Amino acid sequence: MAAHPLERRWIVISVLLVTAMGGLIVATASLHGLHPPSNVETIDSTRLHLTPEFAEDHLGVERAKDGTVVVRLVMARYMVHPQEITLPADTPIVLRVASADVLHGLHVPGTNIGTQVVPGYVAEVRTTIRFDSAAKIGTPNADGSVTLPLFCNEYCGLGHQSMWGRVRVTRP
Amino acid sequence: MSSAAGRREPGSASRLALAHMWVAFGLFAVASVLGVYQLLERDHFVRTSAAAYYESSTLHGVVQAFVLTTFFIVGFGYCVTAASLGRPIRRLGLAWLGFWTMLVGSVVAALSIAAGKATVLYTFYPPMVAHWTFYAGAALLLVGSLAWTWITIAETVGWKRENPGRPVPLAQFGMTAAAILWAWTLVGVVVEVVFQLLPLSLGLAPSVDVGLARTLFSWTLHPIVYFWLIPAYVALYALVPKSAGGYLFSDEVGRIAFVMLLVFSLPIGLHHIFVDPEQAAGWKLMHALGTFLVAVPTLLTGFTVTASLETAGRLRGGKGLFGWIGRLPWSEPVTLGGILAVIVLLPGGFGGLVNASYAMNVMVHNTAWITAHFHLILGGTVVTMYFASAYALWPKLTGRRLHSKGMATAQLWLWFVGLLLLTVPWHYQGLLGMPRRVAYMPYDPALVARWERWNVLILAGGVLMVLSAVLLVVNLLLTHRGPAEEGGRELAFADTLAPVVRVPALLNGFTVWNWLLVALMTLSWAYPIGQFFFIGVHKALPWGFR
Repeated sequence: MAAHPLERRWIVISVLLVTAMGGLIVATASLHGLHPPSNVETIDSTRLHLTPEFAEDHLGVERAKDGTVVVRLVMARYMVHPQEITLPADTPIVLRVASADVLHGLHVPGTNIGTQVVPGYVAEVRTTIRFDSAAKIGTPNADGSVTLPLFCNEYCGLGHQSMWGRVRVTRP
Repeated sequence: MSSAAGRREPGSASRLALAHMWVAFGLFAVASVLGVYQLLERDHFVRTSAAAYYESSTLHGVVQAFVLTTFFIVGFGYCVTAASLGRPIRRLGLAWLGFWTMLVGSVVAALSIAAGKATVLYTFYPPMVAHWTFYAGAALLLVGSLAWTWITIAETVGWKRENPGRPVPLAQFGMTAAAILWAWTLVGVVVEVVFQLLPLSLGLAPSVDVGLARTLFSWTLHPIVYFWLIPAYVALYALVPKSAGGYLFSDEVGRIAFVMLLVFSLPIGLHHIFVDPEQAAGWKLMHALGTFLVAVPTLLTGFTVTASLETAGRLRGGKGLFGWIGRLPWSEPVTLGGILAVIVLLPGGFGGLVNASYAMNVMVHNTAWITAHFHLILGGTVVTMYFASAYALWPKLTGRRLHSKGMATAQLWLWFVGLLLLTVPWHYQGLLGMPRRVAYMPYDPALVARWERWNVLILAGGVLMVLSAVLLVVNLLLTHRGPAEEGGRELAFADTLAPVVRVPALLNGFTVWNWLLVALMTLSWAYPIGQFFFIGVHKALPWGFR
């Protein structure tokens, strides 16, 4: 039983279509380093406050020697610590996030900042915020910066909706 | 018993199928109302509590994703097996045992949720723990459905032994693929529930490896969608062309599609946890590429079903490139259901390709876009074909004429329009960053106002869908009391354009494909699961959801 010529043509088109899409993903991943946040790094979530990295006085924004902005956040029901941060646009940023209790998610709409925050692991996001994209979603401030919400986007208990903070994005 | 009365009384196999499908549709209608309650809560029309919202969300998800689908598929599967193999189902005792196990499990899990003891959503989310009855109920539902898996595979094997060299009918071939897929699918979630969640909820285990639990659940999360979809595709291949008065364009491509759905939907689950930290980028990329492969059988199905409908339209006198479309019997519920199911598969599939796109996924992850996507797939293509199949099956199972074709087509249109009103704005809200699964949105008022501008359309869509669900249940109920069906009790399947005499052995059985799956599953999952035993994980303590 041979396939109908039209059918054969459609099979070829289908295969080409998905090959093109897959190829594009491999190309952007290998040439532009476009990957989802993946960082297999374990941590004891019950002892975050005793670790050098996630003790309270080390949380927040810090500029590394190479100019990279490093942000350390702890998410715990139903808070984000610290609740407000200021980040420069068009600057490489590394966010390192840990959960002190259950599963959380971190999302800042208008940016590529998004990751699951799984207890037992340090989630890491490397990105650069584009001011124009942030301005499309955020609320403008008098000083020319914009404010974006930063919220938990994974159900984490009955107070989940209250778990949010703010990111002020400044012009470069 | 006179022969007329005998024809009217549903036989024991029909009772079996009807029992399954009534549980499915009855609970579906109730859970649809919960969906509208959630919209009303989000739109500030009613204000109960966050606890009520999440509880409703849990029940809505568990019923629609696990109970509706599993019960419908099992009932539908028994009908297809008996009709396509041309002999009654054997092992009826086992089938009823499966039914009662599933029912007890569903009721226990539902009561656990309704009592406020299991507000953890249908995706479980450890280290939050629900009452153990929730996991035990879910496990019974899943394990009970394995009776159907066993019976379906045994019927196919037995039939092949008695009919050497003859092709297994396409519909049964598809349902066998679904049965095998289901067995493979369940491994992930059952291991998670039995070895992690039940011990945790019973206090037998002090802590849980969340990364492992999420990875095991992602094993199940993708193929489960194809377990829901394959019966819908079976109906598209076997019932829709027949009802439209046409022929199935190709039997062989259907078989290829079913084999591909089985083989490619299993080794790709990591795309559900693209933005999780506990899996490395390379494994995610591998699963992403596999996800694109599984689009192929859906593209093939879209072609074959459209081409089959075209044969019907042309036989009915349709001319020209598009003239056949108008000639299709749009007032036939099964045909209409097939057309609408394929139409909603276009935006649903498109959204799925965006979700599968590796790095782009982060933009839509856990936003309303995702809710829109799976409502188009499960609430669209899958459930629409369940409706259409019910309209084909009820007269055969009850021996009575469908109460009203007009009501059936109205029901399908209402569902279609409601679904689009519900999901198109959700996609847009998702792109603007609106999260899913939040009871209220206390975030920046200006942004929330931009999201909520579309809520009235969404709510209207939800209300239309509930009306549609009510019409479905009323129509099917009244069918039980209607006049006798004149058309006989045999469920008829579409003939193929060219008669199917022989098919290659590879497309008539699954032995080779199962071995291929053993290899592919080892390749795709051995490391992502095995790593948790040597990377030095820190387990998480259990937490309530309050």
